[in-house]
Amino acid sequence: MSEVPLLVVDHLAKRYRERPAVRGVGFTLWPGEVLALVGESGSGKTTLLNMIAGRVAPNAGSVRFRVESGDIVDLVALSEAERRMLVRREIGFVHQNPRDGLRLSVSAGANIGEPLMAAGARHYGSIRHTAALWLERVEMDPRRLDDLPTSFSGGMQQRLQIARALVTEPRLVLMDEPTGGLDVSVQAKLLDLLRRLVGDLGISVVLVTHDLGVARLLAHRLLVMQQGEVVESGVTDQVLDDPQHPYTQLLVSSVLAA
Amino acid sequence: MTVATAGYNFAYLDEQTKRMIRRAILKAVAVPGYQVPFAGREMPLPYGWGTGGIQVTASIIGSEDRLKVIDQGADDTTNAVSIRRFFAKTAGVATTTRTSEATIIQTRHRIPETPLAAGQIMVFQVPIPEPLRWLEPRETETRRMHAQADYGSMYVKLYEDIARMGRIAAAYDYPVMVAGRYLMRPSPIPRFDNPKLDRSPALLLFGAGREKRIYALPPHTPVKSLDFEDHPFAIERWTERCQRCGSGESFLDEIVVDDRGTRRFVCSDTDHCDARLANGSAP
Amino acid sequence: MLEVSGLAKAFTIHAQGVHLEVLDGVDLAVRAGECVVLDAPSGSGKSTLLRALYGNYRSDRGRVLVRHRDAMVDVAAAPPRLLLELRRETIGYVSQFLRVIPRVPTLDIVAEPLARRGASPSEARERAAELLSALALPERLWLLAPSTFSGGEQQRVNIARALIAAHPMLLLDEPTASLDAENAGRVLALLDERRRDGTAMVGIFHDPEARRRIATRLFPLPGRNLAA
Repeated sequence: MSEVPLLVVDHLAKRYRERPAVRGVGFTLWPGEVLALVGESGSGKTTLLNMIAGRVAPNAGSVRFRVESGDIVDLVALSEAERRMLVRREIGFVHQNPRDGLRLSVSAGANIGEPLMAAGARHYGSIRHTAALWLERVEMDPRRLDDLPTSFSGGMQQRLQIARALVTEPRLVLMDEPTGGLDVSVQAKLLDLLRRLVGDLGISVVLVTHDLGVARLLAHRLLVMQQGEVVESGVTDQVLDDPQHPYTQLLVSSVLAA
Repeated sequence: MTVATAGYNFAYLDEQTKRMIRRAILKAVAVPGYQVPFAGREMPLPYGWGTGGIQVTASIIGSEDRLKVIDQGADDTTNAVSIRRFFAKTAGVATTTRTSEATIIQTRHRIPETPLAAGQIMVFQVPIPEPLRWLEPRETETRRMHAQADYGSMYVKLYEDIARMGRIAAAYDYPVMVAGRYLMRPSPIPRFDNPKLDRSPALLLFGAGREKRIYALPPHTPVKSLDFEDHPFAIERWTERCQRCGSGESFLDEIVVDDRGTRRFVCSDTDHCDARLANGSAP
Repeated sequence: MLEVSGLAKAFTIHAQGVHLEVLDGVDLAVRAGECVVLDAPSGSGKSTLLRALYGNYRSDRGRVLVRHRDAMVDVAAAPPRLLLELRRETIGYVSQFLRVIPRVPTLDIVAEPLARRGASPSEARERAAELLSALALPERLWLLAPSTFSGGEQQRVNIARALIAAHPMLLLDEPTASLDAENAGRVLALLDERRRDGTAMVGIFHDPEARRRIATRLFPLPGRNLAA
């Protein structure tokens, strides 16, 4: 276990006019850890994720990320161009709706290959080969490499998006409700896949979910958010089995047992 | 030298406009391959007919220049004739069909076979200057992509071509990388002509009238056509030769000559073909 | 190996306005090779104590010192990362039921903790196979996910998974309750072997036979207060 954190978020805040969406949130993430941000809609968890991803500009705070070279960079302090380039190169993002994270007009292979090509890959055969490997890794048929994403089901599109997000093996991946909107059985398969990939690749993940079952399965640690603030945090099973804060207790007790 | 028609400023545009366009050209030359916006004027012909090229030519042409205009390689097509006449009337400049004798060559869709020399300027007519437009309709996004050299998606198109058709399909307007930095569209010249862009001793200027963009390749700029290591860029080749002059090296037009579908292959570059004939070449 | 001092734990259920003190100042010391069985009637906080030792429940007061990497570390005060490290390397927990992870084959479920410690996948699977054999889980089940197994079969998977990383300290919450006598016997034999190898254990066993086989000492839990 390395001693240097991968990501340190400090006093991050976002206000939309008079309404505070995120109030001074901070946390540290180490390599290989999965951190879940849980809460109901309006809790600020998605805004927080988007600030880390550089898609929303914070009003205050810092997002210090340890880049490939080992330097620590505050993403908030970078120019927009630098931030976008860094995020594109080193941080993966999995959207809730796979269509937001895919190019629907080009083949599955082109979708998975694009991050490689953006990073400078120039050998068609190798790109294709890597893309096929990744299709297998996300348990899809590699013979469908040339099919368009629109010919896949929702669950398969999500797998495709995951392959595209992970193909360059970024050290940090941000996921926004990766299994939301999918059938329950499809969700289970996808969670299983994510669990294994995250474990095998040793990547760090910040995961937004309103589903405590997803959090329990995937996350080492949990941040419970309510109205823009973190009301409780800790090791996942501790927060879910011994919730301290009234809101956490409410969340936990509201889960319908299968 | 023809006499200019009275009532028009030299080369039609007012001096302030020419200055503005020359500034844009200087900027374009300073950043090879980068699209410089300019305040395009209303020209006496519609968009799609070469207004960008005409504005560039109008801004750089002087009374001592000798102008050649070609369209699809030929001096005698309607558009080439009209544009040449336009400058003869409004600038009174000398015109020519000989590539080697021209100081400025305005072109649509071809680069002449005769190699260009230092001191010559080629002006290209460009319909769509943005190489990423097929992928991204938003101007704000394509500008960002150029600024960040975010060109992975262009390779996606090439990849997709190979996946679908076994080869990169673009026959003309084949995308190039300029000086290893900017992605550029060379205008709808056939891929056959792309190698002529690389390190050309001439100054190459590109004008898009409708989109109001100018870009440039100063002399000796490295220009590389995009490809994959295992699918390298290759130009077209014919098994036939020109049936007029016998050339096996030039870009050939395929012409249907009768109702039975008989085809003739002739050089697209009329000046080149004529010159070869004059020198005694035979089919 | 383990030194608990002044451990207190209360539950506050905000919605009901309830405050329940379950543990009030527990002291306990366990050495390597000991198996301490918690002895108290139902509902007196045995499970709570066990979970507090694992960091699954948060302690209100007191310390839970565990020998970890040649130092005594307080589980109750450990930040999340340290707690996860403690669980990975030092403290194992054998629960009463298997928490089923969908679709993962049994062999991989058991192998996983060892793989996460850095063992190669084949090494981990080999070790998993050994354990499953020792627990007499039929080989035909090894490549299936346990979701369709019987309670007894699932529990054996659970035990194998908990034992594979060979933690120096084990917390056992009724591990044999759902097993028949024969399988329970196998599990107890395995646990006893571990104990002799130096594992420190704290466990809850209702079955007197199990206690007889595994316990080196009984620990009576002090009575608790009930405050509403």
